[in-house]
Amino acid sequence: MTLQLNPIRCAAHGLCADLLPERIELDEWGYPIIAAGEVPSELVAHARRAARACPTRALVLAHKA
Amino acid sequence: MTAATVASQRRVEPGRAGRLLSGVSADGSIDLAQHLSIWGPLPSLPPADVLDAVERSGLLGRGGAGFPTARKLRSVASGKGRPIVVANGCEGEPASAKDSVLLARTPHLVLDGIQLAARAVGADRAHLVVHTDSPVIPFVRAAIAQRRNDPIAVTLEMVPARYVASEESAIVSALNGGEALPAFTPPRPFERGVDRRPTLINNVESLAHLATIARFGPQWFAELGDPAQPGTMLVTVSGAGTDRRVAEVATGTTIGRVVSAAGLSLKHSEAVLVGGYFGCWIPTKVAQRLPLTHHAMREIGAALGAGVIAVLPPGSCGLAETARVASYLAENSARQCGPCVNGLPAIAGAMTALATGTWDEQTWPALNRWLDVVPGRGACRHPDGAARFVATALSTFAADVAMHRAGRPCTGLGASPFLPVPTRPRWAA
Repeated sequence: MTLQLNPIRCAAHGLCADLLPERIELDEWGYPIIAAGEVPSELVAHARRAARACPTRALVLAHKA
Repeated sequence: MTAATVASQRRVEPGRAGRLLSGVSADGSIDLAQHLSIWGPLPSLPPADVLDAVERSGLLGRGGAGFPTARKLRSVASGKGRPIVVANGCEGEPASAKDSVLLARTPHLVLDGIQLAARAVGADRAHLVVHTDSPVIPFVRAAIAQRRNDPIAVTLEMVPARYVASEESAIVSALNGGEALPAFTPPRPFERGVDRRPTLINNVESLAHLATIARFGPQWFAELGDPAQPGTMLVTVSGAGTDRRVAEVATGTTIGRVVSAAGLSLKHSEAVLVGGYFGCWIPTKVAQRLPLTHHAMREIGAALGAGVIAVLPPGSCGLAETARVASYLAENSARQCGPCVNGLPAIAGAMTALATGTWDEQTWPALNRWLDVVPGRGACRHPDGAARFVATALSTFAADVAMHRAGRPCTGLGASPFLPVPTRPRWAA
């Protein structure tokens, strides 16, 4: 599973970084910088929560890269 | 000049009329009668033969990305639904003039190419897209009006005169009645583009090459140029005291030869901008022997782009030039993605401070961080290209960077601006 961001939808709410700090940090303008590659299995549940919490539905947890 | 003499040209003298530029003069546009006398009639090849000829020619797209044209044609041809052909003549790159020269001086080659591409993929609609402020519009209109017997009528479409409006997905959005803004793909236009149909988007120079390949064959095409990317290519060369000059050269020609053939000199120049405003500053010593191929450019971390070669005039400040262009690129963001909207103005502001002597040393780590985190996080490649352009300025002009950071004045600041930047933000157009 990988995290994919639609940068047009993203409005820098920043909830994702709160819920998944292991994989997501925010740049100085509040937009997420997402670690590349597969989400480790132990973090998948957290990643799903982070994606669901996104108010603009910009963040998606998807199967393909 | 006749088709036979064009076909027999085994060499192309850089800077002179070659293949695509056969019969082209400094002013005037080749009309249909002249076009037919130079090139002969367009052979009516079956679709499979067009695809086959393009495949065997090895033609790579001339818009910048260098994707194999045959593969693009085949993907569109095998897509779901009746394909649409779009010829991209926008040439958003301010330092490039080759597509405009092609469309203004020899538009029928492009229109031939559109017909061939439409036949190859089985399209029933074709558009030629330019910017609203394009100087080629009257020439293209006149050429289209002369062609009554084309199987597919070509319509001229216009998108706003903005840098990112000519990006593939932005063109699709505009042709679909939306704003000319890049989309967050997928689907890719070749799968589902205009009217949700498979859409072939080709640079106009690529299409013009199709017109020559159909007439003289793939072997003829590949007699010139680098084996990995055969044929000739149009380049736009500029330097001290000269406006942009368009020349046709064999791919693989070194930058040194291209520049001198265009009547310019690399002497006393510090660096050459290759590939335009999404391209790279390359030290002149390196650029001189660098062949114009995708492979050679990639090896040094550069990109061939659409064939822009801008020789920094002696006495000009590379950092000041970079700062001006970076500001232009920041103003021309599509205003859609956070990292681009915020990052490019930050980078441009830092570069302006560095160039003009209002530098604060605390900005240095920040500037390097922005150049690191801004690329790869937008819906289109605008932030990536802009960041690469600035990053290569910092490495190529490292000695100047050190002086500017140390607060020592730069004699190049008084030099008149070199790289062309549209004065009003194109966003406002």
